[in-house]
Amino acid sequence: MEISLTVNGEKHTVDVPPNTLLVYLLREVLNLTGTHIGCDTSSCGACTVIMNGKAVKSCTVFAFQADGAEIITVEGLAKNGELHPVQEGFMEKHGLQCGFCTPGMLVLAYELVNTEEDLSEEKLRKALKGNLCRCTGYQKIVEAIQYAKEKV
Amino acid sequence: MIPATFECYRPKTVDEALSLISQYKDEAKVLAGGQSLIPMMKLRFARYPVIIDIGGLDELRFIKEEDGKIKIGALTKHREVEKSELISSKIPVLSYCASEIADIQVRNMGTIGGSLAHADPSADFPPVMLVLEADVVAKSQNGERTISVKDLFVSVFETSLKEDELLTEVQIPIPDNNMKFGYKKFPHPATGFAVVNCAVGLKMNGNTVEDIRVAFGGMTTSPYRDYELEEKLKGKELNDSLIEEVSDSIGEGKDIISDYYADADYRKHVAKTFFKRLANELRGS
Ligand SMILES: Cc1cc2nc3c(=O)[nH]c(=O)nc-3n(C[C@H](O)[C@H](O)[C@H](O)COP(=O)(O)OP(=O)(O)OC[C@H]3O[C@@H](n4cnc5c(N)ncnc54)[C@H](O)[C@@H]3O)c2cc1C
Ligand code: FES
Ligand code: FES
Repeated sequence: MEISLTVNGEKHTVDVPPNTLLVYLLREVLNLTGTHIGCDTSSCGACTVIMNGKAVKSCTVFAFQADGAEIITVEGLAKNGELHPVQEGFMEKHGLQCGFCTPGMLVLAYELVNTEEDLSEEKLRKALKGNLCRCTGYQKIVEAIQYAKEKV
Repeated sequence: MIPATFECYRPKTVDEALSLISQYKDEAKVLAGGQSLIPMMKLRFARYPVIIDIGGLDELRFIKEEDGKIKIGALTKHREVEKSELISSKIPVLSYCASEIADIQVRNMGTIGGSLAHADPSADFPPVMLVLEADVVAKSQNGERTISVKDLFVSVFETSLKEDELLTEVQIPIPDNNMKFGYKKFPHPATGFAVVNCAVGLKMNGNTVEDIRVAFGGMTTSPYRDYELEEKLKGKELNDSLIEEVSDSIGEGKDIISDYYADADYRKHVAKTFFKRLANELRGS
């Protein structure tokens, strides 16, 4: 199937079998390996990307569902060598340890700081339900996203 | 994990989708948000020669008020239901229910029509739709019919929709201002799906129950309205001892699910507790 999509501002037209998942298109066809595969069963959120402004789990989206879409992956957050506030927040507040969950966390945080008004700790913990982190205990992630919200 | 391969069609209009569905019949499966179907296809619990992706049918993506009803297009995302100001002002329990589904990413893709058509006995929408007395519109090449949600769920992953029908719309009568609604779910900590969930609508006249609606999910193979329980309360003065007394019958005589999440006694206990808490919250004590 022929699919056209914009990834991090760059237009791509690719020919992939219909059963290709978006995460494989990104990682294996476009070589954007920043998007991780953790569980591959829709649970962990490591594969989160932005599709038309909304965070989605790219292991649970067929590539053809992204035909015509604008995708932002973790590689697309920094602009002209400048970190996005969410990246700065994770750095300043130590929002990561091993870093495996981080691409998904950053991308979800990107949607949250852009669209949510109330990022109280309670709201944030509920919003992070689909992103698992086995290292940080989430406290630092919550602080990192709140830091970023102040900056955007 | 890679799903088995298939042929894929991406209709642009409802008519085109209906013609593909009637052409391929049981060889084809409709894909909406894919948040239930794709996981099943990846695990190879399901494989289909033909996938008809209806995700592009923007004509089925709307939330509007018409004829005293809130009408929601089948392809409206859970997150759109959660965030809709129209819904939160007219039917707040529905906004809350949508916000309890899965996580943001799943809610950004999953659709209301997909959730109802999927008929998972542990899904969030069904008990709430049952107490709101919602209808769904089913469309095929032969025409259109309306199905009451109470007649929609047949069994696990099974509905009364026919093979050639598409669920196009959900219609919810805007409830009487004096009827208060509540929803509770006990989510399984890993999947987020309800082990048991319960929705109640209660209309009081002083201390007397003028009208009551109670529905449970996660208990049997289909979510259900507990009409017997409702009858025991209508016209009665609502007090602690009556609530306690009637709640004893919850789940009695039904084939309650027992699985590795929870056995039948545990489910009944959670259902009773939810009913009692909701009855108390809604009567205002
Ligand atoms: C990690 C995860 C957690 C989840 N947790 C919850 C939860 O807590 N509570 C909950 O309620 N749900 C939960 N879900 C399920 C989610 O709500 C799905 O979005 C929903 O069940 C199906 O909607 P969909 O649009 O994704 O449908 P799809 O997956 O595309 O389709 C599901 C089924 O419905 C059929 N179908 C879809 N649309 C139509 C239509 N218009 N007409 C006829 N048939 C149709 C399809 O053919 C298929 O059989 C979860 C899913 C995931 C991945
Ligand atoms: S890899 Fe997609 S949710 Fe875990
Ligand atoms: S930092 Fe290791 S999983 Fe989150």
